[in-house]
Amino acid sequence: MKILVVDDERDIQTLFEQRFRKEIKDKSLEFVFAFSGEDALIYLNQHEHEAVLILSDINMPGMSGLELLGHIKQKYHKPPPMVMMITAYGDAENFNMAKQLGADDFLTKPVDFTLLKEKFKLIY
Amino acid sequence: MDLQIFIAFFIILRLRKKFKTKTAFPQWEKILLGLMFVCIALFTVQASFNFLKPLSGWIANGVVAVVLGIIYLNDEFSSERPTMFAVLPLILVSFVEDVFKLISISFYNKIHYFFEAASFFAFIWMIALLIINNKQRKALIKEQSKTHEEEQKNKFMASMKAQLEIQVAERTAELTSQKETLEEALTELKTTQAQLIQSEKLASLGELTAGIAHEIQNPLNFINNFSEVNTELIEEMKEAIAKGDSEEVLAIAADIAANEQKINHHGKRADSIVKGMLQHSRNSNGIKEPTDINKLADEYLRLAYHGLRAKDKSFNAAMKTDFDRYIPPINVIPQDIGRVILNLITNAFYAASQPSALPDDTVAANHKTPTVWVTTALIPPTEDEGTLVSLTVRDNGPGIPANIMDKIFQPFFTTKPTGQGTGLGLSMSYDIITKGHGGQLTVHTSEGTGTEFTILLPA
Repeated sequence: MKILVVDDERDIQTLFEQRFRKEIKDKSLEFVFAFSGEDALIYLNQHEHEAVLILSDINMPGMSGLELLGHIKQKYHKPPPMVMMITAYGDAENFNMAKQLGADDFLTKPVDFTLLKEKFKLIY
Repeated sequence: MDLQIFIAFFIILRLRKKFKTKTAFPQWEKILLGLMFVCIALFTVQASFNFLKPLSGWIANGVVAVVLGIIYLNDEFSSERPTMFAVLPLILVSFVEDVFKLISISFYNKIHYFFEAASFFAFIWMIALLIINNKQRKALIKEQSKTHEEEQKNKFMASMKAQLEIQVAERTAELTSQKETLEEALTELKTTQAQLIQSEKLASLGELTAGIAHEIQNPLNFINNFSEVNTELIEEMKEAIAKGDSEEVLAIAADIAANEQKINHHGKRADSIVKGMLQHSRNSNGIKEPTDINKLADEYLRLAYHGLRAKDKSFNAAMKTDFDRYIPPINVIPQDIGRVILNLITNAFYAASQPSALPDDTVAANHKTPTVWVTTALIPPTEDEGTLVSLTVRDNGPGIPANIMDKIFQPFFTTKPTGQGTGLGLSMSYDIITKGHGGQLTVHTSEGTGTEFTILLPA
């Protein structure tokens, strides 16, 4: 299963690669990284239908996670991939907005990787 | 002769009245009164007994001589001397007449026309002199009253002067107290200003707090996550050691070391944020130190962005930076310059997210992404100036209207709703750049396109 992780913090890549080293090793999970909403859209345009799941931060300079979500769910990809939103501000407003825009799930930082693994298992 | 008695009587009466001898000169009063009675007696004798006439005439001559003597010899009656001179000829004529009568009445009868004429002229002389004396006296009285008037005037002026001096003293006291009140007000104003400056700092710290929280949360998450990963890796390493897979052990060890570096990096990141926050809230110590202007700008750009973001969830703006990597560290007071950068960036974000003021703006322009550009550059020296470092903060907001352009650097001027801005941000920034660092703070704006603030600092 290919997962696209979108976050402006570059160290998120190292973190995911270490956290899911076993899964990456036995190829049950494959990660690609984008460091802005704009980059994520470019990647999705170039690799249509490759990513099954998108994990996106909400707070990013430029295109925010919610805008990216809107683009993915409304204008791109049929059927659209699953999108999980991650944010530092675990507030109701962002949560409702994300749900309204069609987010499949909602996580708050710091990410609970055990929980995330459980969620991945349910998908694949 | 009746005339001497009349004259003597008249002069005595005059003396008594004029000099108030009854009260002022009691010793003279007795004599004068006595002489007066003598006159009355002589008058009566002359009227009743014709044969006693020559004798009474001689007594009258004596009385007149005594009266005139009194006036002539005593200084207290000196002012009556003109009267004496007025009557003197008449008396002398009468006296001489009496002498001739005594010597030879027949001879007297022959020349009595001559005496009549002399008496007449003496009488005219007396009247004339008395009139002149009277005039002189009146003039003297007039003069005296004039002097008196002047004295009164002088007294009045002196009292006015005294009154004026009192008024001046009162006014002076009033002014002094006013001056003291004003000085107090000034001191109070200065205190208030200092408090306002402090509250402006606190307000900007408040804006920063959410940004700081977000900025600290991210490194903390990484620290926690990487440390958890390392715990897992150590378990895996133990397994690999048990299996004797030394290649795997080395790979895991390399990962752990890399993660430790990440932990360390993010720890330092959180540390520098806290330090920056402390520096921002602290009163400026005014010490210039070599500072990486790019790093300072980047730090405050992120803080400002996340601060606004935390305050207003719907806020979003693009940040574009173009830092000149070749700028050497420059000598500035970091917390002061940081405050200026934060102020300019916060203003820029605020402006960028404002709707355009121009009515003919196109729909596309209204939907432009709010963007803030932060640019630094090294400006080579010219003939007039040495090397400069420029820091530009540009936004694509509605721009600053021309009518308020000259007010934006004034203290307390703000376009924000009451209570939202202190109006001190730009004026403080201006002071910090120009007075504190010998630099320049300039602004270029174009309505509908955006605004650009440029800081120029000597490198």
